[in-house]
Amino acid sequence: MRIITVDDSSTMRRIIKNTLKRIGYGDEILEAENGKEALEILENTDVDLIITDWNMPVMDGLTFVKKVRANKKFDDVPIIMVTTEAAKEDIITALKAGVNNYIVKPFTPQVLKEKIEAVMGLKD
Amino acid sequence: MAAKLSVEWINPFIEATEEILNTVAMIEPKRGKLALKKDSTVEYDVSGIIGITGEAVGSIALSFPKKTALKVVSNFTGEEVFGIDADTADAIGELTNMIAGRAKKIFSDKGIKLKISVPNVVIGKNHTIASPKGTPTIVIPFTSEVGDFAIQVSLVPNKSED
Repeated sequence: MRIITVDDSSTMRRIIKNTLKRIGYGDEILEAENGKEALEILENTDVDLIITDWNMPVMDGLTFVKKVRANKKFDDVPIIMVTTEAAKEDIITALKAGVNNYIVKPFTPQVLKEKIEAVMGLKD
Repeated sequence: MAAKLSVEWINPFIEATEEILNTVAMIEPKRGKLALKKDSTVEYDVSGIIGITGEAVGSIALSFPKKTALKVVSNFTGEEVFGIDADTADAIGELTNMIAGRAKKIFSDKGIKLKISVPNVVIGKNHTIASPKGTPTIVIPFTSEVGDFAIQVSLVPNKSED
């Protein structure tokens, strides 16, 4: 499975990458620092899953999710948002924008595994 | 004279700091005595700072002496770090982000809506963080098994958001 992780924090990208490897999803992991950079990668590369942060400079996660859902080339790719935005209204906003599942930082490897299985199941 | 900052504006940040650092850095912070900024003599080597807007306006800073920062970041990332470089600064920023995000959730559960900015990190031996004049600022020192650190909360309730 090819996964792209979008986060302005190199620490979080590293933690997510290491966690994905630990839970058996480390085959191919791409990285982007913000939504704009991720869109550029998606234009040229097929991915099976997007894991994105919300608060990022240049292009935030919410704008990125809306742009993904509006682009016929990759509008069906499952998206998991991993963020510190934990308020109920934030989660509703993200789901309305097109996020398939939502994880609040900090998270355990087990939570990430369960969310990935859930969204990939939805895709099938 | 600056307005006072009541405990209901401070406690969510203390709770969030204890919870997040315990969860991701495996340390047990113990809170010290709160101090008004003007009475505080604490100086730091690295600080993560996040701006706050919404029903209160200001910032939260998470500040460490170098030795403590290195231990906390090593625990957080699972990789031993030996100096304050770009990666260490990024990790301190992310820890601050998690603490501010957790505090935001605690406020949200009480019906108080806040927005948080992306983190900035300041590196410099013995630096202090200044707050705008008239903004009440409280320093909360913590002790832990990996050393002392502090959070600094500067907030003014924003009446225009009521």
